[in-house]
Amino acid sequence: MLDIKLYNSPEKSTWCPGCGDFGILNAVKQALAMLELYPHEAIVVSGIGCGSKLPHYIHANGFNILHGRALPVAQGLKLANHDLKVIVVTGDGDGYGIGMGHLVHAMRRNTDLVHIVENNQIYGLTKGQYSPTSDKGFVTTTSPDGAIEPAVNPMLLGIANGATFVARGFSSEPKYLAQLIARGIQHRGYALIDVLQPCVTYNKVNTNAWYKQRAYHLEEEEPDYDPTDRVQAFQKAHEWGDRIPLGVIYLDETRPTYEEQVPALKHGPLVKQPLDGTPLEVWEAIKQEFV
Amino acid sequence: MPIVNDLTIKIGGEAGQGVESSGAGFAKAVARAGLFIYGLQDYMSRIRGGHNFYQVRISEQEIWTFRDAVHMLLPLTTEAVERHWREVVPGGAVLYDVGVRFDEAPLRERGVQLFPMPLMKIAEEQGGSRIMMNTAALGAVAGITEFDFAYIADIIETNFKRKGSAVVEGNLKVARYAYDAGQQQYAAQFPWKLRARPGPQRMVINGNQAIALGAIAAGCRFISGYPMTPATSILEYMNAKSHQFNIVCKQTEDEIAGILFAIGAAHAGARAMCATSGGGLCLMTEALGFAGCTETPLVVVDSQRAGPSTGLPTRTEQGDLLFVLHASHGEWPRIVLTPGTIEECFWAAVRAFNLAEKYQTPVLIMQDLTQSNAIRAVPKERFDFSQVTIDRGKLLTAEELDRIDNYRRHLVTEDGISPRALPGHPNAVYVTTGDEHTEYGFITEEADIRRAQMEKRMRKEEVAQAEMRLPVRYGPEDAELTFVGWGSTYGALREAVDVLNQDGPRANLLHFMEVWPLDWARVGALLAQAKQLVLVEQNYTGQLGRLLRAQTGQTMDKRILKYDGRPISTDEILAGVRGEVRAEVKVYA
Repeated sequence: MLDIKLYNSPEKSTWCPGCGDFGILNAVKQALAMLELYPHEAIVVSGIGCGSKLPHYIHANGFNILHGRALPVAQGLKLANHDLKVIVVTGDGDGYGIGMGHLVHAMRRNTDLVHIVENNQIYGLTKGQYSPTSDKGFVTTTSPDGAIEPAVNPMLLGIANGATFVARGFSSEPKYLAQLIARGIQHRGYALIDVLQPCVTYNKVNTNAWYKQRAYHLEEEEPDYDPTDRVQAFQKAHEWGDRIPLGVIYLDETRPTYEEQVPALKHGPLVKQPLDGTPLEVWEAIKQEFV
Repeated sequence: MPIVNDLTIKIGGEAGQGVESSGAGFAKAVARAGLFIYGLQDYMSRIRGGHNFYQVRISEQEIWTFRDAVHMLLPLTTEAVERHWREVVPGGAVLYDVGVRFDEAPLRERGVQLFPMPLMKIAEEQGGSRIMMNTAALGAVAGITEFDFAYIADIIETNFKRKGSAVVEGNLKVARYAYDAGQQQYAAQFPWKLRARPGPQRMVINGNQAIALGAIAAGCRFISGYPMTPATSILEYMNAKSHQFNIVCKQTEDEIAGILFAIGAAHAGARAMCATSGGGLCLMTEALGFAGCTETPLVVVDSQRAGPSTGLPTRTEQGDLLFVLHASHGEWPRIVLTPGTIEECFWAAVRAFNLAEKYQTPVLIMQDLTQSNAIRAVPKERFDFSQVTIDRGKLLTAEELDRIDNYRRHLVTEDGISPRALPGHPNAVYVTTGDEHTEYGFITEEADIRRAQMEKRMRKEEVAQAEMRLPVRYGPEDAELTFVGWGSTYGALREAVDVLNQDGPRANLLHFMEVWPLDWARVGALLAQAKQLVLVEQNYTGQLGRLLRAQTGQTMDKRILKYDGRPISTDEILAGVRGEVRAEVKVYA
């Protein structure tokens, strides 16, 4: 276990007092400390939104991308240097709204990264519009009559699209969340960790108390639950409302990662291979292919 | 009197009839015989049917483009005759299978010779398959032009080797039979002849292959993207070479992911690129600005096709120039290269990766459909790999990083370029972002830091300007008329200059192979020297002309513009200069 202070950033956060993002930041630091990953060994890739400022508030490599676009950059990074531990942090709008197209493909590729979705069921930084995970009927400035669409179900989405690690955490339980993140980092493949997170300023429905009332630890209450059973996982993934399960909902440790199957990476990370030094005879032979 | 080694052959037919493979195969055979060729591909956005053609121009001197006049037309369908017979010069011929029916009267009236042959029957009887009809046709062409059969046999072996010896034998038999039959029946009537001129070997290569080859030579080991005509063959060539050079090639879910994968790989330290066409580049624009803001080196190829929107998906245009110069909101430094020959495509790719890493910003290479697909016989020495250098700019080495303290990714420097560390070293743990940021890469909204970072980034463009290439002149220094063009029109313009310098008026060409950033005072001075400026572009509004006017104040005296998706020809340019009215080009004086 490394000292958690190692990951302290000089930057002051812009988050509201009581924001769930603090718990998530704390959990990410704890997970890195637990796994003894030094700041230079990991890279935190994020989108845009309050929570996506997280790479600025942790001392580790960081790459703060565009809204909805963290996942493709993270995958490109991993393909170029698979020695780096890649941690993706996005919001619910980032991950399940504008970035949905990238999400389903990242899931089926099984690139080795952990994807933490700070899911507060609202657009906070733009000051309170409904999000893809807002429940049906949720009233905001852009849904004055209540959201018409049913909410995205991230757990179902993950299982259906080939994610090999699908879990849910809660920002008010940073220790539990840190364990989940550490497992996600260790998992070989794409790991989705959807995190329930109150937006203290704009979401007056899904509050800390609302989540606390409903969230339970799956492995404690249902010790026989087997996350590798896909059918059971599908059933469990539907649970939302009065009770919300936390923990690993689905797990598949049998599939290889994407990058393990790329022939060019058999000799190690791409960035560690020389760019030049190809003998002139090789080029001559290639030129001959055009004659 | 025979006319030796100066002719154009055109094959027309439906998609799926092997028009392109036959045309390109014949071109390669002729190139192996020591002649120069230019092969132009014209195809529709469909897999089967429709009408495609392939046009091969052959010459003993080096050629850079096609010409309008066709000497031998090989129509595989009636439509092909109807579409192209007017291009055949009087005395030229149409060689066709007896099964292709058409109204012969207008062709005879024009003085076009008709060479019917039982090509299908020859294919069936000699080779056992109708598929070999194209081989029969090309064998017959070789016989009629009295081209040495050994080169035809040679290319058949090369092209059909992997299909087994039976296929090779069958095609050889068909070609030989048709060769003899064609020679006996028609050679005496057809004045255009092909004579081998054995000499140094030349490469038969297209512009996209040249870009891909240049990229690999420059150390590009990562390409990501989404297939889009006419850029796809870059992705395909890199894939074909991925095992030999350890290249990661990633076909992504869309173009947005395509550029973002490349940005991720580039940030990690790979030399990365993506290749697309205008519509794909539209999707990439937000990420392009992100790369500019985060100072990520990146190479993006825009192989233009006719827009707007889906436009003419398999046809050419130079309609993206002003878009590429402005793509993505806000202001950030960019470099735009506009190669106009296959050789320039290769060197532009090499240069793009060096400039991208040197200035830590996106470099765009503008390609177009014509140059993507058209082949030329290029002397091998023009691809001199020993001259390829890799310059990674201010990339910090492991030793330098070991000694560094207080690393700042966006350090404000005199030339605007900051020392670049790749993620992974304990002394250079940093964040960066597309938000405005401090020297350390942290988000900021402070006005003074914003000014410093904005000025630092834009300074890179000012510094780069000094090493960017001014337009190159082709032709005599003093001329009555100066053509102005960019990109793939180079070939057509160069040959127009040659014709005019024989027939008058004296002409030269200013060819822009790089368009941004440039030393505009010097460009303006070059333009000011010209007596008459004639802009030639393949777009509706004369985009380079607009750029030049904005940057230098110089206006064009005449504009010859073409925007019907077909490549502009030397003949059309000459017509424009001479004031002849043609539907294909618009001339504004």
